[in-house]
Amino acid sequence: MSTTIPAASAEVRAQVPDRSGKKPGITDRARKERTLGWMLAGPAFFVMLLTTGYPVLNAIWYSLFDFRLTDPDGRSFVGLGNYITILTDGLFWRQFGVTAAITIVTVVIEFVLGFALALVMHRALFLRKSVRTAILVPYGIITVVSAYAWQYAFTPAYGFVNPLLGTDRDWFGGTVPSLVVICLSEIWKTTPFMSLLLLAGLAQIPNDYLEAAKVDGATAWQRFSKVIVPNMKAAIMVALLFRTLDAFRIFDNVFIMTAGANGTETLSFLAYRQTITRVMIGLGSAVSVILAILVVLIAVLFVKGFKTNLAQQKGA
Amino acid sequence: MTHKSVWDRGRARRVAAGALVALSAATLSACGDDGGNGTPQLTWYINNAAQEPLATACNEQAEGAYNITASLLPNNAAGQREQILRRLAAEDKTVDIVSIDPPYMPELANAGFLREFTEEEREEFSEGVLRGPLEQAIYEDTMFSAPFYGNTQLLWYKKSVAEEAGLDMENPVTWDQIIEAAEQTGTTVAVQGRRNESLMVWVNALVESAGGKILDEDSEGAEAEDVEAAISSEAGAEAARIMNAIAASEVSPPALSTAGEEESRAAFQAENGGFMVNWPYVWSAFDAAVEGGALPEDFKDDVAWTRYPQVVEGEESATPLGGIGLSVGAYSANPDAAVEAVRCLRSPESQKEYMMTAGDPGASEEIYDDPEIQEQFPMFAEIREGLTDAAPRPISPYYGDVTGAIQEGYHPPRSLSPERTPDATASLIEGVLSNDQLL
Repeated sequence: MSTTIPAASAEVRAQVPDRSGKKPGITDRARKERTLGWMLAGPAFFVMLLTTGYPVLNAIWYSLFDFRLTDPDGRSFVGLGNYITILTDGLFWRQFGVTAAITIVTVVIEFVLGFALALVMHRALFLRKSVRTAILVPYGIITVVSAYAWQYAFTPAYGFVNPLLGTDRDWFGGTVPSLVVICLSEIWKTTPFMSLLLLAGLAQIPNDYLEAAKVDGATAWQRFSKVIVPNMKAAIMVALLFRTLDAFRIFDNVFIMTAGANGTETLSFLAYRQTITRVMIGLGSAVSVILAILVVLIAVLFVKGFKTNLAQQKGA
Repeated sequence: MTHKSVWDRGRARRVAAGALVALSAATLSACGDDGGNGTPQLTWYINNAAQEPLATACNEQAEGAYNITASLLPNNAAGQREQILRRLAAEDKTVDIVSIDPPYMPELANAGFLREFTEEEREEFSEGVLRGPLEQAIYEDTMFSAPFYGNTQLLWYKKSVAEEAGLDMENPVTWDQIIEAAEQTGTTVAVQGRRNESLMVWVNALVESAGGKILDEDSEGAEAEDVEAAISSEAGAEAARIMNAIAASEVSPPALSTAGEEESRAAFQAENGGFMVNWPYVWSAFDAAVEGGALPEDFKDDVAWTRYPQVVEGEESATPLGGIGLSVGAYSANPDAAVEAVRCLRSPESQKEYMMTAGDPGASEEIYDDPEIQEQFPMFAEIREGLTDAAPRPISPYYGDVTGAIQEGYHPPRSLSPERTPDATASLIEGVLSNDQLL
């Protein structure tokens, strides 16, 4: 319901100036506030534009060249040649598949676990702060550090996982087991983030709704699926969107655990290899641009798919 | 209360601004510091922390002619290359001297990132240097790296295992004989199957030992798209066959496809360890393991070494070659002082000192005649022989791509096939270099 109430009030607000006159007059005070706003935010906005806009445009420009850092004289314009090379290479599609698989598996599991943890954090009656802190600990650990920890745990020679399971499996010797460990590490590390975002959504649901549902005789499951979930739509979308975008750009875990061996390379790794390892600035930039486009596509799909207007959620 | 907090905020801001000014002043003065007395300040990018004492020793000897500060690079070959390359591409003036893994030198030299040593300097830095380390210091008939130390792998084995299998270790042995002996005795053959530079070392040694090459010899100075791969050959097939024979059989140590040097050592130290190819550092590492109680006191009594195994029976093996050369950055503000410092850092005295402390074998022949070296390194003769008969990895400005393609094509070892792998890898090398394929 919180999705509709603020939406309605926003509509009302939007209609007010229309009613009062054709040209909405801006008061002196409003103008001054606007100027102050620009003066306060302007420098930061400018710096942001400079530090993010310039590299983005630069990468797009470079992606049109055959340009190797160690051969600056050999730089030549190839138009969309790099993009064609990438999109017709089986390696790109294989790594796209690996990336998509990691994204889907981790986000789905994180969502289910995250929701459960959010409910626990929300409902915890005692030791509330301790429970929340404990759940958030993995998220506070640097990804590279957690990647090493998981790698050591699963290493056949000295890890504790194999003795615990009573096997001598070589976890990083094949594609599937490697990906299992990578996904486990990813899930362990970022489920808290998911649950934190979902907890924020849970906290927004007025208790009256749940009590009213209870009075009307709704079961626990009905309250969850008919009251809680619909009222958290925006929070769910934000949580899923953030995690999907993050998961799609996965790099650290793969880099540390397998260095891309045994078919575990992801798209970020492909960009890294072309740009940093091979110093093929043109080709690498093109991979990065494709990765950025895919990320934007995912964001658009989510926003369209959830039919939620985030701008209207402000007042909730 | 509001007033107070506003005042507090104002004061905090002033304090922060003051701190910022002080900090930038400190940074600026640090940048402009050249010792104050005109002593050229040199930075040496080192690949091993054990090189730092050499800088200190040379500083003392220089008596103010220069002052070297050591700066540690990442701990793996690929990471070192990436940092050096990025700094030099940005024309970093602080790169005065740099410890470079020789296969990566041509790439930097070709890009004009390294200062050429003059003819006289070349002569001086070549004198008495073993053939392997010298060969990989030269690109297009110019010396870009002064040989500092070389490195080579030996075949390590347990005497009891060789005896049980009836293998005559006095004479050169082949890979096939080792595999068979390990099979017979239920032991392992420890190799480096991890997808990194050590896999390339193994592939190159196998291919060269079988009389082949990874790149066509005329490709050294060729443009990227004209480089021809030569690995699609009998030798390339032999390499794939041997690697697969170890990885896909019972002689494979656990987790071979992720095993680097240390994992190999652990496999060799295990009860069922039989054979291992590895660098000489393992000898002192065994000592450390015995001292730490991880190995029994008499472990080393059963360990022996010999020359790197042959691929073709009766044909001498091409031993793997590693090491480090010292190069002077093209953008160095003090190139003359840097050359002077290189002279000291790679002197036979420094090489010996470094070999005694870090265990990496010197590049100059004379240090192997030193009694102290002979005592600490009982395998000194085999190391010297290995450094002389060594086969450098392909010398090419595109080495990074070549090794990347080999590591893609020849990994994981258990899935290699003599029929498929060499062809596929050759076309991957050429495809990547002509920008038709990703890596």
